Amino acid sequence: MTRALPGQELSLKLKERFPSAVQSWRGDSIWIDPASIRDVCCFLKEDKDLDFNFLNSVSAVDYIDHFELVYHLTSLNLNHSAVVKAKVYGRENPTVPSVYEVWQGADFQEREVYDLMGVAFEGHPNLKRIMLWDGFPGHPHRKDFEDVVKY
Amino acid sequence: MAIRAEPVVVNIGPQHPSTHGVMRLRVSFDGEIIVDVEPVFGYLHRGSEKLAEERNYVQALTLTDRLDYVASMTNNQAYCLAVERLLGVEVPERAQYLRVIAAELQRIASHMVAIGFFLQDLGALATPLMYCFRIRENILDMFEMLCGARITVSYMRPGGVYADAPEEFWPALDKFIANTPHLFDDLEKLIVENEIVLVRTKGTGVLKLESAIAGSISGPVLRGSGLPWDWRRADPYDIYQRVQFDIPVGQRGDNYDRFQVRLEEIKQSLRIVQQCREQIQPGLARAELPFILRPPAGAEAYGRVESPKGELAFYMVSDGSVAPYRCKVRSPSLINLTVLKELLLGSKLADMIVTLGSIDINMGEVDR
Repeated sequence: MTRALPGQELSLKLKERFPSAVQSWRGDSIWIDPASIRDVCCFLKEDKDLDFNFLNSVSAVDYIDHFELVYHLTSLNLNHSAVVKAKVYGRENPTVPSVYEVWQGADFQEREVYDLMGVAFEGHPNLKRIMLWDGFPGHPHRKDFEDVVKY
Repeated sequence: MAIRAEPVVVNIGPQHPSTHGVMRLRVSFDGEIIVDVEPVFGYLHRGSEKLAEERNYVQALTLTDRLDYVASMTNNQAYCLAVERLLGVEVPERAQYLRVIAAELQRIASHMVAIGFFLQDLGALATPLMYCFRIRENILDMFEMLCGARITVSYMRPGGVYADAPEEFWPALDKFIANTPHLFDDLEKLIVENEIVLVRTKGTGVLKLESAIAGSISGPVLRGSGLPWDWRRADPYDIYQRVQFDIPVGQRGDNYDRFQVRLEEIKQSLRIVQQCREQIQPGLARAELPFILRPPAGAEAYGRVESPKGELAFYMVSDGSVAPYRCKVRSPSLINLTVLKELLLGSKLADMIVTLGSIDINMGEVDR
């Protein structure tokens, strides 16, 4: 059984290293300051007790006043998992650091989030639309997206 | 003096049989050698995740059939697991067994398609494919008995399955368990020691284990690179902890290993189906749930299965209404393509088609 690391345990561990980066925790999730997400992810991967070498998925949820990025992580060696989240404010040009340098598997997933949700990833080597064509107006997975074509 | 030429850019697809759907590969060649690859997606993008936000939880299930349409059962299963975790409901035991039987049959069917078209890509036109489809056809007939549909099944529902298996299903399943090893032997004899298959697949498209893990690769591609990681074993769902099965792995991570892993997995799936057939007991096929489901507001769940392509998961967020607030699909086909560039750089045009076939993608799932 994959053990879900409780958010409390993980936040205590992270606070030693990044005192200001951990914002809160609830259940299995912890919230990280989006500006330090790459550093935290790098630590999560490199630390021997955590050893999160596998990035399951990168998702984004639109909560109207902010976007929430959700990183599901697993350690294939220790068989435990964690959910790391980051709240990103602003609808005009939300930007977070890319975790591509940490896990190359983030490549297409971050491009998808950028394309459909409009959150840009700083440091991504090839950040452009993946499903839709260049010049498509808006980002369809946002809650306030209105289709330009009326049916 | 060596002659240097400008790289030639060739578009493979979007309408090309070996791209397994509508995908375009923009490939730069130096002579016959690939120097750059850029996959271009989106030709089949239907916005399934957005569509799910406008449907109730049972209606949105039908969208999952159309993601990976070669393996609808496992898509249903991942979605149902996510919704059940949102609701916090228990699934009756018989329903779990029926799910595992259906999912493992689906795995066999999907791997048969993967292997058949892989050989087709190698140039073995039609004959091996028909051997594969002979087995798949029996499975689709059984799905028709279970739910009336062959491809877009919608058989599993939150809380169980749509209905208990009809009487005629069990004799058909027994016959399938008895007959398939022979049909499978025929196929193996035809292909496994075939000189052309060995020469074309061994040593081509090598994926190192470190790049596979860093690239979030899952499923037979990861196992082909040598890591015995299977979510059915690592994080068992439904009744997988009660059945015995082995996890086949490759050694070198080349096209041959991925192909061999799929062949072995079919045998293991048959083993699982057989054990489920022996263990299944009478009982309810579906938990008592209201027709309109309303998970608590703020609940979220990550429902994950080992689909034939890899780790398929649904990340669902509820706001307390009848429709999901967010329904994100973690699609193995898309993410497995992350390493495509690494696999192809430096190889030849002819190997490109084979390598792409060995990853086993499905465009319905890549584009969603």
